[in-house]
Amino acid sequence: MSTGPGGDAYLSLGGVTAGYDGRPALQDVTMDIPHGAQVAIVGPNGAGKSTLFKALVGLLPVRSGQVLLHGHAPGGQADPIAYVPQREEIDWSFPVTVHDVVMMGRFGRLGWLRRPRAADREVVARCLDELGIAELEKRAIGELSGGQQQRVFLARALAQEPHVLLLDEPFTGVDVNAREALLTLLARLRDQHITVLVSTHDMEIAAKRFELTALLNHRLIAYGAPASVFTPEHLSEAFGGQALFLDGMVVIDQCCPGHVGGGEEHRHSHEPHAGPR
Amino acid sequence: MIAWLTDPFTLEFMQRALLASLIVGVLCSVIGTFVVLRAMAFLGDALAHAILPGVAIAYLLGANLLLGALVAAIVVAVGIGVFSRRGGLKEDTAIGILFAAALAFGVLLMSTVRSYATDLTHILFGNVLGVSASDLWLTGILAVIVLTVLIAFFKEFQLASFDPILAHMLGKRPETLRFTMLILLALTIVVGLQTVGVGLVAAMLVTPAATAYLLTRRLATMMVVSAVIGAASSVAGLYASYYLDVASGAAVVLIATAAFLLAYAFAPRRGLLARRAARHAV
Repeated sequence: MSTGPGGDAYLSLGGVTAGYDGRPALQDVTMDIPHGAQVAIVGPNGAGKSTLFKALVGLLPVRSGQVLLHGHAPGGQADPIAYVPQREEIDWSFPVTVHDVVMMGRFGRLGWLRRPRAADREVVARCLDELGIAELEKRAIGELSGGQQQRVFLARALAQEPHVLLLDEPFTGVDVNAREALLTLLARLRDQHITVLVSTHDMEIAAKRFELTALLNHRLIAYGAPASVFTPEHLSEAFGGQALFLDGMVVIDQCCPGHVGGGEEHRHSHEPHAGPR
Repeated sequence: MIAWLTDPFTLEFMQRALLASLIVGVLCSVIGTFVVLRAMAFLGDALAHAILPGVAIAYLLGANLLLGALVAAIVVAVGIGVFSRRGGLKEDTAIGILFAAALAFGVLLMSTVRSYATDLTHILFGNVLGVSASDLWLTGILAVIVLTVLIAFFKEFQLASFDPILAHMLGKRPETLRFTMLILLALTIVVGLQTVGVGLVAAMLVTPAATAYLLTRRLATMMVVSAVIGAASSVAGLYASYYLDVASGAAVVLIATAAFLLAYAFAPRRGLLARRAARHAV
């Protein structure tokens, strides 16, 4: 994987404030993410996790501070940042096949009037294979199961051949198999040195499966190895009254202000999560 | 039987009517796929009515009515785009205000003319049998322009309709594409004005495309199927108009509606029966 001309590739945020009018959802966030790292972004609902991702891909203007990728502002036709949105943001009734969707990942590298070439079709086929959905390529996306739908969008993100991959709540609304498949994919991405940011409210996954964790609640409360991030002080700062400390164990009631249920598989974490301590 | 089919078109005005109907049927149905998928049906309806003042002004000046409609349609399309983007208004509110104001302005202008009632009827319901050779040329040229842009930028329109977020990230300017789509829609409505009229052009934008949506699973196929349904409805409507002596525009729309109802009941996956069967199978 090429790291670009600027030496070691990395993503850096310097004092980033972003969000809609009024109180910004994200305030003064500064963090450096090393090349090829995998970071879990954890925080309560409405903490600005999605805002952070949208600011990173340029969907929301950064009101102050700066985002640098390989030392440059991200953007451009062959954008090396790929983003997999939450499933509620996708129109599943749109008439497109799996192959069509994954091919869209190539459009950034195709000019306005260019049709996909053989090389693009090869990349699409490879990404479909990698996610194990090659046999579904002619199916409409609305006909698939939740786990299959997620793999379609992961394949599309890979077809962008990104340097940085942003996954917004990928563990929400999928079953155990899909979750394990996703973790296997993350392990493979690590071998390919693709930098991955995953937002999640599942602290168990964040603690056990990621080497870096960022705890966010509008501000960046803590960032580093999970053991140093998930301390009682940090957690009560992030979750306030939602955090309950019981005898070396943290219980957090995360249900769910402002969180609107989507698909039938939507899984709310009303059950408390046991954090590490 | 063959004579029954060819009889109507021995007359020159019927040949022009056939060509105009086919063009409008295909064009409305193709662009209609985006109208249906992006839930722009209200917008299409509003645009169609908002064209009226342009037609009225052209009529008062003695200019070509289609040209007047064309100018008005583009002004309104740009107005809706600007109001909803910069004015901070919800798009349907912006549409509603412009739609009502333009319609009132159009009726006001028309009411200053003595023969107002008949002329207004033609604009509201179309008169495909009165299409002149120059109208047909304008219709054909506009149709070629709209279809060429749609096909050339199909990949971008598909992406921006399905996933504006990705379109933005990939530098495909969804806002520009949206604006272009509004202009193309305005052109299409102007083309449809002469044949099916203001009142029914919105139906031709929505009904064939909605039928095709029920029958297909890819955007490109949906467009082709929609075009075939639109063209077939247009021709069938003309025959109905000739042999049953009914208004052609209304006949076209009702035939398209019949096709929709058939698809709604019998479509392989999305039809009523198929969905009921699938539910029982589980």
